[in-house]
Amino acid sequence: MKFVDEFRDNEKAQSLKREIHALAGRIGCTREKPLLLMEFCGGHTHAIFRYGIEQMLPDSIEMVHGPGCPVCVLPMGRVDDCVALAERPGVIFATFGDAMRVPGSRKSLLQAKAGGADIRMVYSPLDALSLARKNPGHEVIFFGLGFETTMPSTALTVLQAEKEGIRNFSLFCNHITTVPTIKAILDSPDMKIDGFLAPGHVSMVIGARPFDFVARDYNRPIVITGFEPLDILQSIWMLLRQIAEGRCEVENQYSRVVPPAGNRAALEAISKVFEIREFFEWRGLGSIDHSGVRIREAYADFDAEQKFPVPNLQIADPRSCQCGEVVKGVIKPWECKIFGTACTPETPMGALMVSSEGACAAYFSYGSVSIDELVARREAKA
Amino acid sequence: MSDASVTDIRRPRGKLRGETITLSHGAGGKAMHDLIEDLFVSGFDNRELDLLEDQARFDLASVTARGDRLALTTDSYVVDPLFFPGGDIGKLAVTGTVNDLAVGGAIPLWLTCGMIIEEGLTVEELRRVVTSMKQAADEAGVRIVTGDTKVVHKGAADKLFINTAGVGVIPKGVEINARRARPGDRIIINGYIGDHGAAIVDARGELAIENSIETDCQPLNGLVQAMLTTCPDIHCLRDATRGGLATVLNEFATDSRVALRIEEQALPVRDEVRGMCEILGLDPLYLANEGKLVAIVPGECADALLAAMQAHPAGTESRIIGEVNASPEATVLMSTLFGGERIVDLLVGEQLPRIC
Repeated sequence: MKFVDEFRDNEKAQSLKREIHALAGRIGCTREKPLLLMEFCGGHTHAIFRYGIEQMLPDSIEMVHGPGCPVCVLPMGRVDDCVALAERPGVIFATFGDAMRVPGSRKSLLQAKAGGADIRMVYSPLDALSLARKNPGHEVIFFGLGFETTMPSTALTVLQAEKEGIRNFSLFCNHITTVPTIKAILDSPDMKIDGFLAPGHVSMVIGARPFDFVARDYNRPIVITGFEPLDILQSIWMLLRQIAEGRCEVENQYSRVVPPAGNRAALEAISKVFEIREFFEWRGLGSIDHSGVRIREAYADFDAEQKFPVPNLQIADPRSCQCGEVVKGVIKPWECKIFGTACTPETPMGALMVSSEGACAAYFSYGSVSIDELVARREAKA
Repeated sequence: MSDASVTDIRRPRGKLRGETITLSHGAGGKAMHDLIEDLFVSGFDNRELDLLEDQARFDLASVTARGDRLALTTDSYVVDPLFFPGGDIGKLAVTGTVNDLAVGGAIPLWLTCGMIIEEGLTVEELRRVVTSMKQAADEAGVRIVTGDTKVVHKGAADKLFINTAGVGVIPKGVEINARRARPGDRIIINGYIGDHGAAIVDARGELAIENSIETDCQPLNGLVQAMLTTCPDIHCLRDATRGGLATVLNEFATDSRVALRIEEQALPVRDEVRGMCEILGLDPLYLANEGKLVAIVPGECADALLAAMQAHPAGTESRIIGEVNASPEATVLMSTLFGGERIVDLLVGEQLPRIC
């Protein structure tokens, strides 16, 4: 299939694999003291597992699966807020499908739907706006979720609602930002990451420059990476080459999509509608300064948080969860005390088990380097 | 039952009036009789139904002549939309149940048909469904011999739900069982995977993707009998419906305590289906099929069986997709096109709701 198969070519993969093994040897990392590379984005995590990429790497390189899965890092309190909004009489609550199963402290949206709340799965915020047009007697609340990748379409939807004068549409804004989160990981005392794969689709919107500080202030190489398996292997190779040559730069592997300055129209829509929150709560990571956005006062009529009362309670993660340590690379998913026992994709306790982009769910479902380990665990459980 | 007695019992048939189904069509009175006689009895058209008794009656001797065990199965169909490229809920309700019998090695004989109708369904739509059921039954060589109809209030069901149960007879010596996969066995599938799931997504029109994918909905009983003629010792056989190929492979691996290894390269997936999966983030391994079976067969039979399957109209695109290993037990592994290897696990939750 054109434009897909080219990025999954086995021969090119094998030659990159050989070069990666050679570079790892040159750098001198070992199984005991491996090089830790973080892919920030959940889309990368999913691709790494789906194509078995970790098994192609030497055991002296470990991938750390970062927090870039918006569904995974949504705190329980925000899910409770969603449920409270969805259960209001006269409300149609529109959400992306993968947010349905995220557990709140009482229930998930899926359970609220089974209990009678009118919750609809949509594929785009514009679908939610057409729901509002078709149901003038109802308030349609769209659950806005995601990093800078999905922010422009939400912003444009709010602008469109304003233009058409649609009064029964509002947004429950849970959009989060990438750069402050990477900074928080770099600032954490137990940080061990040697290099980063930066999210390609976020960069398509914000450009390459916002990542300069990673190389300049923290001396870590970073490569903006596409989502096909060859993209990921090539970016790992680019990171290793920087490390081997003692360089520390922002490189753009995904230049076929990411312009250095980002997408100006998208950025304009974002800054017109949204402003930075002072802080935002993340599941597993706690509160991170400036890591979320809210709707500007000029668009308050479309802000579900201003239009309706929301409980807005902070609910602590279950104490047994070690998601925070996993996303920082301090422990591997299967080293968590409840991985695969109390916490499984069917009954997720922690954030990383919720979505197929979460590191724990990916390990649980796809195996990877630890196929033997996974099988052993399953047998122990049985 | 002689034809003479059937003729005796026949009486003038009722005529269905009006354009939509209302609650009165389920109330037990004249309207219900008209519906049953005009639509179902004349539509399904067979001697058991013509008797208009509360139960279908069979001669046992004709059953025991064909095998030594009965097979009984039931399935409910709630697909949305009712009509989709290449099929509809009626065709699905017949072939789905026929296939559940067929993959046990049974020769399907009779089906029941229970319909739950939401008031407001048009008579024309219902007639299309009944016609399609009759066609599918004829194609599969089965008869729809008894049924039931209920009409519920608007909103209490979605347009039309159908339940069918099926009875078949298993010929002596056929021993198909999910616990029989052995190391050295080969894994065969009878064609392209994911067509049904992809066709349904497309037919819903929510995603505004234009393509030409049709459901693969087809009866498998003819193919299965051809397979059993070539290789009577088929170890495992199942149709890969909801949950797709990955789910069936996991069931075999778990029940037989073996490892199944498949090659991504060998999997038959149409370009249109792959393209749609790439765009929507779906995995064809988990997409539903309605005319695909997975067989696990002794290694020495595999090539002959593959040739026999490819010679049958329901199996022209059959492929050997992998083999059975001893360990790791209860695990399905896939060598990826990309040169890696990964576990193929059961799906948690659902990729797509209400596809069959």
